[in-house]
Amino acid sequence: MKLRSLLVLVLVFAFSASIRAAELNIEITRGVDNPIPVAIVPFAWEGGVALEEDVAQIIASNLEQVGEFRALSRANMLSMPSEEREVHYRDWRILAQQYLVVGKISRVPGGQMVQVQWEFFDINRERKVLGEVLTGSVSQLRDIAHEISDVVYREITGRRGAFATKIMYVSAEGNIGDMTYRLHYADYDGRRAQILLESSEPIMSPAWSPDGSQIAYVSFETDLPRIYIQDLATGQRRQVSNFSGINSSPVWSPDGRKLAMVLSKDGSPDVYVLDLATDQLTQITDHPRAETEPAWTLDSQYVLFTSDRTGQPQIYQADLSGGFPERLTFDCFYCAKAQFMPDGVNMVHVRRETRQDNTYSIAVLNMETGRVITLTDTALDESPSVAPNGRMIMYGTTYNGRGVLDAVSVDGRAKFRLPSPQGDVWEPSWSPYLN
Amino acid sequence: MGMQFNSMFKTAALALTIAGLAACSSTSDTEEMPMETNDTAAADAAAAAARAEQQRLERERMERERQDQAALNTTVFYFDFDVAEFQPSDRETLIVHARNLASNPNRRVRLEGHADERGTREYNLALGERRANSIRDFLIVNGASRSQLETVSYGEEQPAVRGQTDSAYQQNRRVEIRPAG
Repeated sequence: MKLRSLLVLVLVFAFSASIRAAELNIEITRGVDNPIPVAIVPFAWEGGVALEEDVAQIIASNLEQVGEFRALSRANMLSMPSEEREVHYRDWRILAQQYLVVGKISRVPGGQMVQVQWEFFDINRERKVLGEVLTGSVSQLRDIAHEISDVVYREITGRRGAFATKIMYVSAEGNIGDMTYRLHYADYDGRRAQILLESSEPIMSPAWSPDGSQIAYVSFETDLPRIYIQDLATGQRRQVSNFSGINSSPVWSPDGRKLAMVLSKDGSPDVYVLDLATDQLTQITDHPRAETEPAWTLDSQYVLFTSDRTGQPQIYQADLSGGFPERLTFDCFYCAKAQFMPDGVNMVHVRRETRQDNTYSIAVLNMETGRVITLTDTALDESPSVAPNGRMIMYGTTYNGRGVLDAVSVDGRAKFRLPSPQGDVWEPSWSPYLN
Repeated sequence: MGMQFNSMFKTAALALTIAGLAACSSTSDTEEMPMETNDTAAADAAAAAARAEQQRLERERMERERQDQAALNTTVFYFDFDVAEFQPSDRETLIVHARNLASNPNRRVRLEGHADERGTREYNLALGERRANSIRDFLIVNGASRSQLETVSYGEEQPAVRGQTDSAYQQNRRVEIRPAG
C-alpha cells in the first residue's frame, strides 16, 4: 500500500458563504496497488460561458476515491474525443487504458435545461459498451455526474455504485464554552453541504430511515439529551422521547417499523425498541451496567449492542423477545459500536486490542470465520458508517488535532479523507440508496 | 449570589449569638464578684482567658468556614481513565457540598458528567452519566435530598480543554457541579 500524492479537488462553485464554510474537500490518502486505468475525457460543452461543474472531473474523482481505479491525467491524453466517431482506440491502448468515457453537454433549445450525451468504451475489446442521454438543469450536473459514475462502476465491477448517496455529519466550531454545533447533510463526498440543525448545545448520533426520507438524532437543545425525528423534505420534526436521564442512539430497523434507542430512565442505560406505528416501547436489555450503541441485524429481528457488564465494553446480540444476550467479541480490550455490513456476515466495529496499545481502530469481524481485519491505523477512530453497497466505511478520526472524516474500503486498501476547512467534524452517517 | 448572601447572613447570625453569650457571662461575673475584691485580678485573668478562648473559637470557626467555602468553590471533580468512581481525595469536599445542600433545602444543583474523547461517543455518554451518578449517590448518602440533584451526561461532546495529551484527557474526565436552572 503506497501513499498516493494528495489529490485535492479545486473546482469552484457558486455556493452561498454559509454553505461554502461547511464545504469538505476530498483528499485521497491511500490507493490500491493495481488500480484499473480509466480515461475520462473532459466533456465538450457547446453553450459558451463555462459550466460551473466539470462532469468528467467529478466522474474521475468518484472512481479514484473508491480506490479501485486510476483516472488518466488530462495532460497525458493524446486526443479529446467527445463522441464515438472521434474515438481512436489506438490513442488509449498506447496509454494502457482499459476503459474510456467521453461525452458532450449541450443546451436544450428554448430552456435552461442541458442534455448530457455520454458513451463508455472497452478499449481492449474495441467496442462501445453503452451510451445514453441524460437531461437536467445546470444545477443538476453534479447529480448527472454521480449517476454516470454509478453506471460506469457497475459496468466495470458488476457492483452497484454509491456515488449518488448522501451523508450526514456533525460539526463543532468556536471556543470552549462558546461552541456552535451543526448537523450537516451533503453528497457522499462532502460536496453541496447544507445545514439541517444548528445549536449551541451538542448534537449526536444522526441516523437515516431506511427509505432516506427521515432522519433521527440526539440534540441537547433543552439542556438534556433527547431524540428527535425530522422529515427531510418538509423540515418538520418531533421529539420522540423525553424520559429522565439519557435518551440516545436512535437507529431505525431495516424494515422501517421500529426505532432502537438507549434510555437510562431506570438508573442505567439500556436498549429499548419503539414501535413507530403503535408507540409501544419494549425494553431489550436490563442490566445495571451500560448497554448502548444499538444496531440491527438485516432481518430486523436482533439488536447488536455494546455492554460493559464484564468490566470492559464488548459487543453482544439480543433478540427482540428479551432472551439472554449472546456475547460476540472476546479477544479485545474494548470492542464497541458494532454494525453489520450489507452482507450480514461481516460486522464493523471500533476496536482497541489491549489496555496497553491505546489505539482505537475500525475493524471488521467475520461472524462465520471469526477472523478480524483491522482497517485503520490512526489512533482515535470511531463512529463507522457503511456505504449502502458495502464497499466503503466512513468514520470519524483525529488529524493534526482536529476531527476529520475518513473513508476506507472494506479490504482496507483504499482510503480517502474529507477534511473540513475549519472546526471539527465527526459522526458521519451514510445514507441508504436514495434512487 | 444567593449562596454568598446566605453565608454572609449566617456569619452575622453567628456573630450575634456569640455577642449574646459574652454578655451573659459578663453579667454573671459581676454578680459573683462584689465580696472579695482581692479576687479581681483572678477574675480579670479568667475573663481574659475566656475572651482568648472565644477568639480562638472564632478563629477556628472562621477557618472552618473558609475551608467550607473553599470546598464549595471546588465544583469540578476529576476521574481516572474509564473509571466512574470519584477520587477518594474528593470525599471531604463532597461531604461539605452535601451538608451545604442539606442545610439549604431550596438549593438545587446539576451534576454534569463528562468523558475524554477516547473510545466511542455513545459509550462515553454512558460513562459520563455513571460519573455524575456516583457523585449524586454520595451527596445523597451524606445528607442532600434526591430532589435537589439533577444529573446529565455530555459524554465527550463538551471537553474542558482541547488536545490529545494525557493532561487534556485528565481535565476532560470530570463532573461539574453547577447551579440548576
